[in-house]
Amino acid sequence: MLGFLVRRILQMIPVLIAISALTFAIIQLPPGDYLTTYMAELQMTGEAIHEAEIEALRQRYGLDRPILVQYTMWITRAVRGDLGVSFEYNLPVSVLIWERIGLTVVISVLTLLFTWVVSFAVGVYSATRQYSIGDYLATFAGFLGLATPNFMIALILMYAANRFFGQSIGGLFSPAYVDEPWSFAKFVDMMGHMWVPVVVIGTSGTAALIRVLRANLLDELNKPYVVTAKAKGISEFRLLFKYPVRVAIIPFLATVGWTLPLIISGETITSVVLGLPTAGPLLLRSLQTQDMFLAGSFILILSVLTLIGTLISDLLLAWADPRIRYE
Amino acid sequence: MSQTSPIHPEDAKKANEVFYASQWQLIWRKFRKHRVAGICAVVLMLIYILTMFCEFFAPHNPLTYNTDFVYAPPQRIRFVGEDGFSFRPFVYGYTKTRDMRTFRDTYEPDPTQVFPLEFFPEVAPYRLLGIWEVNRQFFGVQEGYIFLLGTDRMGRDMLSRILYGGRISTTIGLIGVLLSLVMGVVIGGFSGYFGGLFDSIVQRIMELLRTVPTIPLWMGLSAALPEDWTPVQVFLGISIILSFQGWTALGRQVRSKFMSLKQEDFVVAAELIGSSRSRVVFMHMLPSFMSHIIASVTLAIPSMILGETSLSFLGLGLRPPIISWGVLLQEAQNVRTLNLAPWLFLPGAAVVVTVLAFNFLGDGLRDAADPYGGG
Repeated sequence: MLGFLVRRILQMIPVLIAISALTFAIIQLPPGDYLTTYMAELQMTGEAIHEAEIEALRQRYGLDRPILVQYTMWITRAVRGDLGVSFEYNLPVSVLIWERIGLTVVISVLTLLFTWVVSFAVGVYSATRQYSIGDYLATFAGFLGLATPNFMIALILMYAANRFFGQSIGGLFSPAYVDEPWSFAKFVDMMGHMWVPVVVIGTSGTAALIRVLRANLLDELNKPYVVTAKAKGISEFRLLFKYPVRVAIIPFLATVGWTLPLIISGETITSVVLGLPTAGPLLLRSLQTQDMFLAGSFILILSVLTLIGTLISDLLLAWADPRIRYE
Repeated sequence: MSQTSPIHPEDAKKANEVFYASQWQLIWRKFRKHRVAGICAVVLMLIYILTMFCEFFAPHNPLTYNTDFVYAPPQRIRFVGEDGFSFRPFVYGYTKTRDMRTFRDTYEPDPTQVFPLEFFPEVAPYRLLGIWEVNRQFFGVQEGYIFLLGTDRMGRDMLSRILYGGRISTTIGLIGVLLSLVMGVVIGGFSGYFGGLFDSIVQRIMELLRTVPTIPLWMGLSAALPEDWTPVQVFLGISIILSFQGWTALGRQVRSKFMSLKQEDFVVAAELIGSSRSRVVFMHMLPSFMSHIIASVTLAIPSMILGETSLSFLGLGLRPPIISWGVLLQEAQNVRTLNLAPWLFLPGAAVVVTVLAFNFLGDGLRDAADPYGGG
């Protein structure tokens, strides 16, 4: 197991390097570099440009050096926690992003749990009552959930809440708590608002997972060992949960590799619509203003977090499924 | 005692039909059993016809604005009016009242203004698909106005805008998938056929692209599209961005198919009798999993459509004056507008119907793609 862990972490290194290279490419893609944008910004606001300051910045970011050197400088600083400066806010990027990233992580983890709980219940029901009305309903709802873009679900929920209950369900905090420091009361308030984004983001993942679980469980239920167990007289309930469900549940862990990117993706766009103080809106804003260090840092950190999530799920999978060998 | 023959001639005939049927005939047979998939195929065909010939079907130019009818609600098509039943459907005009407190116009159907619908009326000549010159449209009204799905904040006709938007949204899915398919088949095929170092490098790249969250990546890439690009360039740019990750799924599938087919007897036999590599690949291997590829392609189109819609909704994808479903949904971004004009949601309904139809069709195709499997 330890060997597997070490090998799996070593495997991550080239992927991490590739992700950082991709991020750096995105930072570099827009025309002009950080300094030209910064100078244009200064000119727009009518501030004086100090030659010395510009020269210092150029030195600091190695903007006159070859691209590979620039990349190396950027990534070394990033590893040390210096992700560059957002010139839109005139603050170091690291000051701006961590609270937002933290909320994104909280929402994503809750969404993942929501996805698991709902798809487990519905999936088991659908498979054991195949072709019943409930099964058809679940299948249809699942297809609908897959076909509706996240932001539409968010909009429809907001519209319905406003129209029929006269409530606004956007945001993550009640107005009284928005600027408050963290406290238990604020946490409770946040949890009260949390269900909306969790449901909105979780829908498509849940729909997909229900279908996987249903198909796997149906496969298992038709196997001879189930017939044998039935012939032996084990109660339906015990039989179901002791054997087939245990096998069919593997996709919950195995598919984190694609559910997690899906959730982070959905979180980005949903939080824009719902106006959540998470990574999404600031990422969008930074891309619109071409604040590339900020945007790049978001993309980098979100990707790395996804990668770590996938790693954890792989480890869980290896631990949960004895058939997976890790030589 | 009369003996019944163990095989009825009827049954034998049926069995022969199955034995001699080609693979594609078997696939077709199995596909036809899928009612829902068949219906969805028809729905999709309708959608593509309606949007392809949107100049003909749309009653208005999608860009003409009309300040007299801002946020006008949809008109209902009626057969029964105050003078009783009429075979020619008609719509009522609006009476407009202004709320002096909010300065908003409210519209009520007005039974005294009756505008009968006219089919195939003569209109100013236009070019259908940019090729044929035509001077007739599907429907319209001779006098008055018709907004079957309401109007937007500039009084533009939503029905026409949805049809024109559909043309862009549905094509971008096709082009994106086509690009992914070419990349997926070429790269996945090479990596599966040759294996070795190339294969492991490709594998790592695919893994990498699959772990990066899609929307942030798309957002980053499309924000980099130059501002001064022409609409056509932006359109192509977005298609390329959408297929940037899309090819990995297809590539992985092609690769695994190649891996498993390499050991099959018919491939080994073809190689032994001296067929060239390209002949083995294109004459023997490709046809045997073509049906699977078609099914996966069908299932990949909806994610492209959803991708375009999401990006354009955020303002990072297609931009006006291009009309796409995502661009139209940008207008429906806040709850206040939606309360005022819920019909601005309708492009979203178009997206859901299209994606749903593609998903069901793809599901049916996937089941039919393996006609020898159970059921």
